[in-house]
Amino acid sequence: MRLEPRTDTPLALRLLAPVGAVVAALALCALLVAWTGAPVLRAYGLLFEGAVGSRFALTETLTRATPLILTGLAAAVAFRAKLWNIGAEGQLYMGALAAVVVGGGMLDLPAWALIPVVMIAGMAAGGVTLLGPAVLKVRFGVDEVVTTLLLNFVVLLLVSMLLEGALKDPMGMGWPQSAPVVEAAELPKLVERTRLHGGFAIALGLSVLLWLVDTRTIWGYENRAVGANPRAAAFAGMPVTRIMLRTALLSGGLAGLAGAAEVCGLKGYLTLDLSPGFGYSGIVAAMLAQLHPIGVVGAALFIAGIFVGADAMSRAMPVPNYIADVLVAASLLCMLVAGLLARYRLRRG
Amino acid sequence: MDFLSIILDILLSAAFWTAVLRIATPYVLGTLGELVCERAGVLNLGIEGIMTLGAMAGWMAVYQGADLWTGVLVAAACGALLGLLHAALTVPLGLSQHVTGIGVTLLGTSLSYFVYRLVLPQASTPPTIEPFQPLALPGALAQTPLTYLAFLLVAVVAYVLYRTPVGLAVRMVGENPAAAEAQGLNVTAIRIGAVVAGSALMALAGAFLTLSAFNAFFFNMVNGRGWICIALVVFASWRPGKALLGALLFAVFDALQLRLQQASGGVLPYQLFLMMPYLLSILALVLVARRASYPRALMIPYRKGER
Repeated sequence: MRLEPRTDTPLALRLLAPVGAVVAALALCALLVAWTGAPVLRAYGLLFEGAVGSRFALTETLTRATPLILTGLAAAVAFRAKLWNIGAEGQLYMGALAAVVVGGGMLDLPAWALIPVVMIAGMAAGGVTLLGPAVLKVRFGVDEVVTTLLLNFVVLLLVSMLLEGALKDPMGMGWPQSAPVVEAAELPKLVERTRLHGGFAIALGLSVLLWLVDTRTIWGYENRAVGANPRAAAFAGMPVTRIMLRTALLSGGLAGLAGAAEVCGLKGYLTLDLSPGFGYSGIVAAMLAQLHPIGVVGAALFIAGIFVGADAMSRAMPVPNYIADVLVAASLLCMLVAGLLARYRLRRG
Repeated sequence: MDFLSIILDILLSAAFWTAVLRIATPYVLGTLGELVCERAGVLNLGIEGIMTLGAMAGWMAVYQGADLWTGVLVAAACGALLGLLHAALTVPLGLSQHVTGIGVTLLGTSLSYFVYRLVLPQASTPPTIEPFQPLALPGALAQTPLTYLAFLLVAVVAYVLYRTPVGLAVRMVGENPAAAEAQGLNVTAIRIGAVVAGSALMALAGAFLTLSAFNAFFFNMVNGRGWICIALVVFASWRPGKALLGALLFAVFDALQLRLQQASGGVLPYQLFLMMPYLLSILALVLVARRASYPRALMIPYRKGER
């Protein structure tokens, strides 16, 4: 048996690959669920119901998907250019940090002006956080995987330090949390009496925008060219270093925006548990979407549904909600294999 | 008392060096494991998840009544299994080693948490086991058996890599797989073997945390140690001896920051001290990046007959 590259992958196969991967992951995790002694079909039924079974469940899933779309886009644009940004988690927290600083009352602006300022501040903070590792990569050849991963821990400690120090909420009853952002910085709700906020609309808009940039502009063309073959891109006269740094700013910015939107749309203030690993799940979203900006939305919705649904399911039966994390990790690994099968065909001999 | 004399006091105490050897142990084992994988040409970013699974599985085995050494073996076997998964996806299938590694880390971590929560649904304070005790030796030599095992393994790995045909084969498939193939070596099998063996070592690093350094399993207990090991491998230019040196040096700084944190008496936020190991690793990478001599075939999948 050997693998033979296909000359081109039909669209049906590209769409089928993530579906197949998800089905395979669900089947594998069914073994784990069965091991806990819970009835598998009922467990998955409860998970599905908990994710999309009611108006409340649905808006919760969309709310949870918001940061995932943004971190998914962050991973997608970076991986496209072969910039291995695994630091979206840290960039998200830097964005959230910028949001509580800028939106905490230092600027007295009306909402229509303050919200964009806060969001851009979040993007800038996230972008600059990734710019460091990107500069180290292009200047000194330092592998960005390790530096971005290590920076995640540095950022979390920095946030912890500020939450116990300069940014600590005096009204916070001693909890390490920041003071809330002012009302004018809060993102409006999309649906009354739910937690779904304007960040979701921003995330959707950005994914369409990125898709247009990707397919219709020189910018997008250059990004893809550098990712496909940096030497050929340089030979064609493209400023590879600049494109790399530009991509870093964009990728980090998207992750930073995820943090700012979580603070201004959902939590209102910053704590150390703002993100349950959105930065890492974003990588899975990007891979399930095969790095396609529109696909990221679908993948993020799926992952969000798994997390929200698993929470509901684990309240009803003795299956720990970490099953969601296992499912997401298994989906990633299955997707890698499915992507391979879409790009290659198996030949005998 | 001025700063220098505080440092001198710390450096002259035996307790300090006992701590250094203890802190170094997981880094020695993890770095050694990653080194074996990378020498065969496979980057293993699954290390963080493999360490977590090793920590959980080893502890869980002992908690369920197995003796400590059985726990160590269980951890190593679980690590080898995750390593086999990473190898199966990256070697014969040639998938992205970056993304697969992240996937293995996510899987190892989530599986550990899932199993732990399943067995202990309502443990608010983590239950404990009776861990390895330090040997009755004077001064800094009073270490647990796993620390001695780690240092012994450095010599074993160095000997195997440089003095045996197996080691030569491993280094060869990491430098020039086509040439290895021409010599009649099975590149795929050797790479898979190296990744499995390396991953078992990483799991030992995790098991040390729950069976020697502490006596319980906590969420987030590995806390980036795996990523630091990856930086240490680069710092050590892929040599076991230098890896030991790097891990020790790193442990000296880590133990020092702990002591200084206590000595500073809360003048500086403790988080500043905790950041040091991560920043130090990044600095180390920057310092050696220019002259790093990567195994030539690192991260390049090998398919027979393809160039």
